[in-house]
Amino acid sequence: MSKPSVGTKKRDFWWMCVVPLYLFTLAFILGPMIYMVAVSFATNNPSGYGFQWIFTLENYLRIQDPTYLQCFRQSFELAFSTTALTILIGYPYGYYMGRLSPKGKKLMMFLVMVPFWTSSLIRLYGWLILLQAKGVLNGLLQALGLIEDPIKMLYTYPAVLVGMVYALMPFMILAVYSSVEKMDWSLVEAARDLGASPVKAFWTVTFPLTLPGLLSGVILTFVPSMGLFFIADLLGGNKIVLVGSLIQDQLTRGSNWPFAAALAVLLMAMMTLMIVVYRKVTHVSELEGRL
Amino acid sequence: MQSGTVPVVLELLDICKSFGDNRVLNDFCLTVHEGEFVTLLGSSGCGKTTLMRIVAGLEPPTSGRVLLEGADMEGVGPEKRNINMVFQNYALFPHMNVFQNIAYGPKLKKLGKAEIAARVDEMLRLVQMQGFEKRMPSEMSGGQRQRIAIARALINNPRVLLLDEPLGALDLQLRRQMQHELKNLQKELGITFLYITHDQEEALNMSDRIVVMKDGRIEQEGSPAEIYDHPRTSFVARFVGSANVLQGTVKEISEEALLLETPFGCFPCSRDGMAAAVGESVTAAVRGENIAILAEATAPCHLTGVVKEKTFAGGMLRIVVKLGEETEMVISRQGINIEYAIGEQVALEWPACHCVPVDRGDGR
Repeated sequence: MSKPSVGTKKRDFWWMCVVPLYLFTLAFILGPMIYMVAVSFATNNPSGYGFQWIFTLENYLRIQDPTYLQCFRQSFELAFSTTALTILIGYPYGYYMGRLSPKGKKLMMFLVMVPFWTSSLIRLYGWLILLQAKGVLNGLLQALGLIEDPIKMLYTYPAVLVGMVYALMPFMILAVYSSVEKMDWSLVEAARDLGASPVKAFWTVTFPLTLPGLLSGVILTFVPSMGLFFIADLLGGNKIVLVGSLIQDQLTRGSNWPFAAALAVLLMAMMTLMIVVYRKVTHVSELEGRL
Repeated sequence: MQSGTVPVVLELLDICKSFGDNRVLNDFCLTVHEGEFVTLLGSSGCGKTTLMRIVAGLEPPTSGRVLLEGADMEGVGPEKRNINMVFQNYALFPHMNVFQNIAYGPKLKKLGKAEIAARVDEMLRLVQMQGFEKRMPSEMSGGQRQRIAIARALINNPRVLLLDEPLGALDLQLRRQMQHELKNLQKELGITFLYITHDQEEALNMSDRIVVMKDGRIEQEGSPAEIYDHPRTSFVARFVGSANVLQGTVKEISEEALLLETPFGCFPCSRDGMAAAVGESVTAAVRGENIAILAEATAPCHLTGVVKEKTFAGGMLRIVVKLGEETEMVISRQGINIEYAIGEQVALEWPACHCVPVDRGDGR
């Protein structure tokens, strides 16, 4: 009997490692996704729970209803303003963090990561305490004599925006930071040497070279902000209904699984499109960035 | 070497630079004339890169002044100095192609499109890189990037071009070729070059004047021939062309030469106008290629030692002769072998004119 060759053994080991991975992906990611797409074409059982496997486009056509379109519009608007604000705060933050001494970098990284140690839901309750009518912020403003009556802060659009920006900021900061960290600063010196003012050097050299980081930060904030429903629910009352909340609502109270699935499929398709566009853009800049 | 009629372009006056407690430059003074090729030669950490960054305006001096054509550069940013630099790692903008890289300076000066295109074309021709306009830096070899970096700096017509070890990352053959090209370019354009290197061969091949640096100070300054033939200190003698440095006691003095006594024999040394006295200790330098290695001494004044090592490198045979416990002489010769075996006793001789006194108290 011939001994199994080293190559065969190696391949066996490789399969042993890879097969569970494929099975896991199939069972928990791909499978449910296929199921969801299938459900989105099924017919809802109008009398109570469940649905029937009868093909229909009804669920998708229903999204054209102005109420639901409005919901998508609102979600996009919120996602856009959230992303814009995280860029405005997160880019400078990540930039200066990347320029600190190694010790300073460690400290700032620690501070950025600290919020992750507590549940996001608990952190959100913190915002509730801060923003409510008899809350910390109103109390402070009243004590300072800046306002007489409490301002309505909670259950407003700005409150939701603040909550979203707060929750997603670390992703933007870390994405920008990682690209600033990799930056070769002799390029900025070269730009200065060739006649660029500090501002000009930033816009012609630093910014384009850290753009891939900024763009991945945009994806990391925009995509989840489309789906984060509990922030809008908690800080916005029920005035702001996002796609995420709508899906959750249809899944539980409305008990219309096929419609919830259709909404989710549409949302996912939009996100995928965004990521594809992003990959195209960064692929180009990556190609240029390789030295 | 420079006559008084050639105008001074760059003057460095008592430049000091410290990083915390670490003093990198000590009262450094240097005058550079129009069209001169000046090389700062020193090992890493001698402060030469810091000096260049101070000249470019990328780093402020702790004290001292930089004068460019007589104007004090204090508080003048790098973008406002008519000086350009070729960085050690080339620092080409990775997100721009060759054309955009070279056009970066002229674009900032808001020159017209057609003029920029014409200037870039001219520069590409100068560095023999026509047709590379659309290439990205990542798609070029080290030598090609080097040429683009030079073109990007030269297009701004700098009064002084700073080059920080520009050939350091290239292989030996390409380095030799680029040395030649750079020197020709400098002569052709008549631009003042301030060049940094740690490679003595590069410095000797290209420069009009070499400034040997050590610990943030000038160790010796002069033409390549002066530096090579008349090293003033044992450091310069060893660093430039790796000469042998020997110490001896003056035994005899003639008008032209000294005879120096050592425990391993005696040797002649040119006097070089030195006011020496019998019994005084003198340090002298002699180059390996000027030492004759013999089985039997021909002159009464010679050193004796034992062959310790023979190696063949770069077309030269390198022979180490051990004189005493801690004293070795390195002799280099053409050819691939010598008739002496390792362990054999030999005599070393040289004419007085090939040996110079160094580390002299009289400051010459």
